[in-house]
Amino acid sequence: MGYEITLLTVIATNILLAISLNLITGFCGQVSLGHAAFYGIGAYTYALLAVKSVSFPLALIAGGIMAGVLGTAVGLLSLRVRHDFLAITTMGVGFLFLGFVRKQEWLGAELGVSNIPASGLGDVAFMFLTVILAVLTIGLCVHIKRSWMGLTFNAVADDEDTARTVGINVMRYKLAAFGIGTFIAGIAGGLYACFTRIIVPDAFDFPTSIMILAMVVIGGIGSNWGVLLAAVILTLMPELFRFVNDFKLLIFGALLVVVMRFSPGGLSGIVRAAWQKVVLR
Amino acid sequence: MSELLRIDDLSIRFGGVQAVDHVTLSIAKGELLGLIGPNGAGKTTLLSLITGIFKPDTGRVILANEDISGLSTHARVRHGIALTHQIVRPFSSLTVLENVVLAAGLDRNRMALGAMFQVSRVKEEKSADALLERLGLGEYKNAYPRILPLGLLKRLEVARALALNAKLLLFDEPLAGLNQKETNELADTIRELNRDGLTVILVEHNLGQVLRIASRLVVLDGGCVIADGNPGSVMDNASVRSAYLGNPKEENAGT
Repeated sequence: MGYEITLLTVIATNILLAISLNLITGFCGQVSLGHAAFYGIGAYTYALLAVKSVSFPLALIAGGIMAGVLGTAVGLLSLRVRHDFLAITTMGVGFLFLGFVRKQEWLGAELGVSNIPASGLGDVAFMFLTVILAVLTIGLCVHIKRSWMGLTFNAVADDEDTARTVGINVMRYKLAAFGIGTFIAGIAGGLYACFTRIIVPDAFDFPTSIMILAMVVIGGIGSNWGVLLAAVILTLMPELFRFVNDFKLLIFGALLVVVMRFSPGGLSGIVRAAWQKVVLR
Repeated sequence: MSELLRIDDLSIRFGGVQAVDHVTLSIAKGELLGLIGPNGAGKTTLLSLITGIFKPDTGRVILANEDISGLSTHARVRHGIALTHQIVRPFSSLTVLENVVLAAGLDRNRMALGAMFQVSRVKEEKSADALLERLGLGEYKNAYPRILPLGLLKRLEVARALALNAKLLLFDEPLAGLNQKETNELADTIRELNRDGLTVILVEHNLGQVLRIASRLVVLDGGCVIADGNPGSVMDNASVRSAYLGNPKEENAGT
């Protein structure tokens, strides 16, 4: 039972991460290769506050806010650099975060932060909380997609120069995407820190950012349900098949290449194409 | 007629090229101004300066007595200037209807976080539907732009610009690439829009159509205004003929 609870908690956390990156990259078209940094900012903020006896909900929200504020600041970069240049810049932000954390004694340097207090909820209740937060986040993203924000995100992702000529303040939309997406990643980081009760810098490294991006790309960039499915499958795969865990990066990398080459729409693109074939038949 | 737009001493230089050179113009409400000139005359650049896509080296843009020179493109659009692009630029992930709905929802998408709480599109879809019908795009409203031919995409550009409910509409070569029938229809539509009260600046290489529908002609050459007046007199102007056809004396001297 303990294993299943752990697995569900990890799946829900990964869903939060994938859905939050999908909001930035899928909805608004801003490629980010440094999402793990905001996951880490949330985790470290939570850990530092929790060890100072700040209550669980306050520390969790503070982690989200800290990640959201710094994420919005990084979003400012997206006003100046675009596309592949933005991808490289956000990758740099990820390395900057790791390089900073590893050298700070007050953040535990290479050894990270340990003895992080538990939430006090118990494992099952904590698992339920994480799952509920993941469901609420999916609900939020489904709502955003239906709203005027979602419609406008699509326009910004398609062609931001043309979006300006239909009166859209592109800056506000980009910053909103970064702010909301990184806030959710920060919450995921707080949940992770609380769950594992020990955090080290390597948990928020570049391969983690790529793993999150792989969930978004394999699921289908911009598709809530595709990304949700990919987050579940890619979290379960290393658990169900041990050899996958041993070659995780290799397999995720290969999947990314295969999806980009043969089905750029990801899982959701495959399902949509199959559905259209059925309907047209 | 009262003045709607005043361009005051606008200039911009790209490297060694003076693309627009101290241009001053006044456009009255309800005018259909044809802006013509040979390739590289600075016509599209002038439109880009009016819409704020480029920042000028000198000069001001005044719309309805308000100096909008310091405003960015999206803010100028919200002040009443709309633009159709020379090369069609539909939002490819949106349907034809959604392309126009987006433009009709200026009040809905002003603030990003506020837009998150706005879901209803009923009002905007109604006005977008009416525009698409007017422009002959009604039957394509649920299609994605990638499957539409150029003629329909040009009309989509116009529908999207009209949905912004602008005071001034800038057309950048709307007739380029269209066949004769499409050209006549779109030119007629532009004239109808103008007769309905819309002020228009039309940049176009199809002189026949411009002469047919424009009430005033301004000719640019080398970034400068070389002629301004009613179409008949402007086309008789020797400088204009020289700009378009070359100077016969110079050509003879060179041979």
